[in-house]
Amino acid sequence: MTTSLTANDGGAFTLPGRNDEAIMTTPPPVRKARTGATADWLFAAAARGAAVLTLGLLVAIILSLVVGAWPAIRTFGLDFLFTAVWDPAAEKFGGLVMIYGTLVTSAIALLIAVPVSFGIALFLTELSPAWLKRPLGTAIELLAAIPSIVYGMWGLLVFSPVLSQYVQQPMQRWFGDVPVLGALFSGPPVGLGILSAGIILAIMVIPFIASVMRDVFEVTPPMLKESAYGLGSTTWEVVYKVVLPYTKAGVIGGIMLGLGRALGETMAVTFVIGNMNQLNSISLFEAANSITSALANEFAEAGPGLHQASLIYLGLVLFFITFVVLALSKLLLARLEKREGAKT
Amino acid sequence: MNAITASPQRNALFNRRKLVNKLALTLSLAAMAFGLFWLAWILWETLRLGVSGLTLATFTQMTPPPNDEGGLLNAIFGSLVIVAVATLIGTPIGILAGIYLAEYNPKGWLASVTRFVNDILLSAPSIVIGLFVFTVVVVPMGGFSGWAGSLALALIVIPVVIRTTENMLKLVPSGLREAAYALGTPKWKVITSVTLRAARAGVITGVLLAVARIAGETAPLLFTALNNQFWTADLSTPMANLPVVIFKFAMSPYENWQHLAWAGVFLITLAVLGLNILARFVTRTKH
Repeated sequence: MTTSLTANDGGAFTLPGRNDEAIMTTPPPVRKARTGATADWLFAAAARGAAVLTLGLLVAIILSLVVGAWPAIRTFGLDFLFTAVWDPAAEKFGGLVMIYGTLVTSAIALLIAVPVSFGIALFLTELSPAWLKRPLGTAIELLAAIPSIVYGMWGLLVFSPVLSQYVQQPMQRWFGDVPVLGALFSGPPVGLGILSAGIILAIMVIPFIASVMRDVFEVTPPMLKESAYGLGSTTWEVVYKVVLPYTKAGVIGGIMLGLGRALGETMAVTFVIGNMNQLNSISLFEAANSITSALANEFAEAGPGLHQASLIYLGLVLFFITFVVLALSKLLLARLEKREGAKT
Repeated sequence: MNAITASPQRNALFNRRKLVNKLALTLSLAAMAFGLFWLAWILWETLRLGVSGLTLATFTQMTPPPNDEGGLLNAIFGSLVIVAVATLIGTPIGILAGIYLAEYNPKGWLASVTRFVNDILLSAPSIVIGLFVFTVVVVPMGGFSGWAGSLALALIVIPVVIRTTENMLKLVPSGLREAAYALGTPKWKVITSVTLRAARAGVITGVLLAVARIAGETAPLLFTALNNQFWTADLSTPMANLPVVIFKFAMSPYENWQHLAWAGVFLITLAVLGLNILARFVTRTKH
């Protein structure tokens, strides 16, 4: 539109008596507008391309995993998920040990992290003096920024001896003869295994869950809270009976987000889980293996063939689980956002 | 409170409620202390063991064989190169996609789906990214390489940058955009010299956070960049990098390797926390 207009103008201004240079001074807008349109098109295409690329990335990841795992999928089928054999020499593979390790460590992590995160969020939104909110919030967020390899090394060399001496050994002494607890706490109390991996995962996901909880607690309309306070509720009652029901979807979304992190965490788990392919007891002290630690330890050394394909199969299973968990978390958080939009 | 001319039951109920409240708030305080306790413990040990492992040789010598003198020079250099290349690849794509989400058709299906996928990628297990790059880059290229490592990290940079860029662009008041359009400015010019410039601090924060995120990433490098005991500046060969070296050294029984691993952990923690604090500082001066 602009181009055609200015082009006509250019024609109209060719007055007699004007030399060529004078005419040359008017057209530049024409060329500028045209290059502007081209640049506009190019820029839009680039932006669109980048968005499509991101989209394609997910598809490509899934495709590449399926293709890479295909030999193992064809050989073992879904039995892979329920078989506990892992024997590279005999080319027999089943992922049950690793899948169990991943799920149980993440469950322990959530068991510890959810109440603690709730407490932290409660403290940050209701209890903390205003001047402390920011530094304390930042401190918790820094906990999330520490690279997982630092957690791993600290867990292996600092934390596990402490855990062994001050937690695992007393536990065995006190509960060793109690039926179920005894079984849970059996095994070598060396500080490595499912329990230590779960605890370290808990420390790692606390900041994620706590900051989501804090954020959703803060979107609760002050009117609701003040009404409850006005009726004589205590702080705890306001949080438990007003804020928590209002933000339920967001809280669960935050927990799912933490779960997604815990399931996919590699280095911290690899350092402390003990890397043993066994599933003999329900003991929490026993060394075990998780999907991520099996990948980290074996993949670079695995020769191409069924061994490598089985490891990629494990990766595919992990990606599938985290995908479902994260998608659920996203949907729940989006639902809260929508409601928030409707109320204000 | 005193006005309640209450029966004993009522008083009992009131006291119970107060007690529950006190208990809950105490537990919440304890939870906060619990969180801070781990932060303090980890930082303290990293500082204590890291500084004691740090010598001049750490920065001037190559990674040694077991029980021998040495440093981390090749690993530090490798990490810097891999992270820099990853940032250079990932940032433009992330910013462009973020621009698409915020400025072009933010409610269209492409934007909605991309936003959803991006959130998944943001928390996707990084080791899976490593597997992906292994199958599409390492296998066809016939070997581990620094390029593969950089690409894997770039894939982690992209979602972080997309998210922050989109959020920051959304904060730019639409009046600014409209004023620029009213002057006849083409859209790409409005975006590059008005909105993106207004959101500059936020976008830089996003990039800094992304760099901080990948600086300590180990899992995706394990089977992409692998490791190298020697100095190399050639990205098409396996390349030493701090996280993988730390992993290898920390898991080893050799004392000198463990000392070096602590030094490496200290350097990484310092870099990552420094970048995080810098990122916060950049945005805070803005608001």
